[in-house]
Amino acid sequence: MTAYIVRRLFATLPVMAVVALFVFFLLRFAPGDPAAIIAGDDATAESIAAVRVKLGLDRPVVEQFGVWLWDLMRGDMGVSIFSNLPVTRLIAQRVEPTLALSLSTLLVAVALAIPIGVVAAWKARKLVDRVVMGFAVLGFAMPVFVLAYVLIYFFAVQWQLLPVQGYRPIGEGFWPFVECLILPSVALGVTYMALIARITRASMLEVLQQDYIRTANAKGLATDRVLLLHALKNAAVPIVTVIGIGIALLISGVVITETVFNIPGLGRLTVDAVLKRDYPIVQGLILVFAAAKVLVNLIIDISYAFLDPRIRY
Amino acid sequence: MIVRLLAVLAALVLPLSAMAQEKVLRAVMHADVRVIDPVWTTQTIANIHGALVYDTLFGNDADQKPQPQMVGKYEISPDRLTYTFTLRDGLKFHDGSPVTTKDVIASIKRWGAKDGVGQRLMGYVTALDAVDDKTFRMVLREPYGMVLESLGKSGSSIAAIMREKEALTDPQQQVKEAIGSGPYIFAKDQWVPGSKAVYLKNKDYVPRTEAPSSFAGAKIPGVDRIELVWIADPQTAMSALVNGEIDFYESPNIDFLPLLAKARGVKLLKTGKLDGTQGMIRLNHLHPPFNNVKARQAMYHLVNQEDFLRAIVGDPKYYRVCHGLLTCGGPYENDGGSAFFKEYNPKKALQLLKEAGYKGEPITVLATTDHNTITPATQVLIQAMREAGINVDVQSMDWGSVVSRRAKKEPPAQGGWNIFITNTGGVGAANPVLHTWIGAACEKGLFGWPCDPEIEKLRNAFGLASSEDERKRIAKELQTKAMEQVVYIPFGQWDTPLAYRADRIDGIVPNTGLAVLWGITKK
Repeated sequence: MTAYIVRRLFATLPVMAVVALFVFFLLRFAPGDPAAIIAGDDATAESIAAVRVKLGLDRPVVEQFGVWLWDLMRGDMGVSIFSNLPVTRLIAQRVEPTLALSLSTLLVAVALAIPIGVVAAWKARKLVDRVVMGFAVLGFAMPVFVLAYVLIYFFAVQWQLLPVQGYRPIGEGFWPFVECLILPSVALGVTYMALIARITRASMLEVLQQDYIRTANAKGLATDRVLLLHALKNAAVPIVTVIGIGIALLISGVVITETVFNIPGLGRLTVDAVLKRDYPIVQGLILVFAAAKVLVNLIIDISYAFLDPRIRY
Repeated sequence: MIVRLLAVLAALVLPLSAMAQEKVLRAVMHADVRVIDPVWTTQTIANIHGALVYDTLFGNDADQKPQPQMVGKYEISPDRLTYTFTLRDGLKFHDGSPVTTKDVIASIKRWGAKDGVGQRLMGYVTALDAVDDKTFRMVLREPYGMVLESLGKSGSSIAAIMREKEALTDPQQQVKEAIGSGPYIFAKDQWVPGSKAVYLKNKDYVPRTEAPSSFAGAKIPGVDRIELVWIADPQTAMSALVNGEIDFYESPNIDFLPLLAKARGVKLLKTGKLDGTQGMIRLNHLHPPFNNVKARQAMYHLVNQEDFLRAIVGDPKYYRVCHGLLTCGGPYENDGGSAFFKEYNPKKALQLLKEAGYKGEPITVLATTDHNTITPATQVLIQAMREAGINVDVQSMDWGSVVSRRAKKEPPAQGGWNIFITNTGGVGAANPVLHTWIGAACEKGLFGWPCDPEIEKLRNAFGLASSEDERKRIAKELQTKAMEQVVYIPFGQWDTPLAYRADRIDGIVPNTGLAVLWGITKK
């Protein structure tokens, strides 16, 4: 297993190199010029050109790539074109909110979706099942931002139960931390929940028709034991796979959720950097996202071995 | 043991109670603070930041009259060629060092090398010398009449006084530290670009004794801490204000004004006489068909300002038809050239374009898709052009792409453009010298590159005028000429009132140009 993990970790290097190359050149060939944005509305073309020279954006793209790659290999992601702050510091500032939002969403979604999916499979084609599946279709179809505004309107503006926006680090207290995450987690989690619930149901339906489940029922085992210990464990591999795939979904959802709820996380940082053409930040972020995705895939693959003893690496 | 426990509890509680007593102003501005050097960029938000952190030698009051700010006394020689300034007592940078003429001279030189208004001023300056640590002298080659207004300008790129150390930075590079002598200290360690910029009260700041008026008078830091929170989504920002999570919202979306007007505790306020916005259609003078003045003038027949203003603003309470280039309601408002607007007639526009040699070639319009006022205005223009039968090549893109593409001088087919729409602040547009878009400095001018030496001569003459009557006469002549040359086509003026929690804050300083936050107190 250790050899497998090491091998997989080494395999991420070429993946990251391709991502770096792709992102760098894609950004440079995309329209837009950070120098023009920095110089501002009342700047002349001459002034913009002068800023471009100072930022080194007038140099050949290949030369710019070489400089960036060399710095990257030494652990330096560069500095923001606008704020002059190191990209590593800017990303580090934003990791906690995104991580908190992602984990709380994951928690809400998994904690609710799996029982819902199990119940739907157990009561297949009955009213409960139809309600659950109706919810799943609705949850999957509703855009995150629409749900977010609806939640803000009722829970924050009308009933004033929760804050509209913002993020409070856990260091400022547990409740302030949690209350800022409730609405965003629900808004972001519904789509995710719908996806996991559907897969759980489908996977459970397949397992519930197996002979060993029939045997367990015939032995007179309690329903909850049959469902949770015998069926769910064997249905877990596809569910875990979907949870892993869903993390990519989560990353794109985080961008919207963080914007609507004004959470200063990596998603917001990405949108702002793209709109401002702050190349070093976008490049750094894409690498971080790519690394996160590779790591999640690795964790999911490793978890298969624990869920299904037949799988060995 | 009990005493020790109480001591620990007290140690825990005291900082909390101190925090509870700290008065914090949470404000959402029109953009986030990403650049900390107000001279390096013309971005308005960088100047709002700059106005908190840095002080200026002069400050223009609500009537746009320059009043001394860091300067204690000043003298102008009878021939109006020599200005002698003495700094007032008690000026200190945030690091504790005193403000000296070395800092001031280096700052003025850097600003004068970068900013358009500063460049114009420095074009007249032959010497800028320190007499001693507190007094310095500026000598001009001609009696330029805009010296004090320029030093006190508030629209973009304020003449911020920095430490000499930062002021010696190349003007094309951003300073690394924001250490000024203004009423608030920038807390760089708490800065999260794209999210929050924090300013702490400068307890050593010695305000002037005069009543505050825009950038003039007493700058009294009214709260302990200002947090400029950046909320990108206008609906979220509006909800946050209604919910009491923020105190001040600089430029709420016009669509939300009726809701905010009804919200409990929220007030809308138009703070200054000139703090509106003017819309502009900019034509590219370098390429056909608009390298022909007749083709440019034909475009006036496509502009019915009411159409634009209704699409952008809707409620007539917040807009004003204005056929001039100099801000309506400003001191130099006049009707020079307004006759060009007398007839909205798309068919006539096409006929005049044809007479000017237009043969149906595509006209490239840079259409931004993500701007709350420029996007609808562009759509109105495109519709009018299509109605006229003009071949419109709409190039849709985000504002960031428009900003970079408009700087291209190549023909439209090679990545250039024919038309883009933008807007400018009412304060800058009220004064022919500060209003850079009215200029016609050819290749050295702003995008579109209008070229007319007569216009530039008139702008210079305005700066050299010795009386207000003469200035008014020149302003009218200038506007007439600029309208005739079609430096741009205005499509009206509108106001965006700021919204604030009247039940929580007080003391908003009437301003012109930039949001002034230093006078605000928390109830």
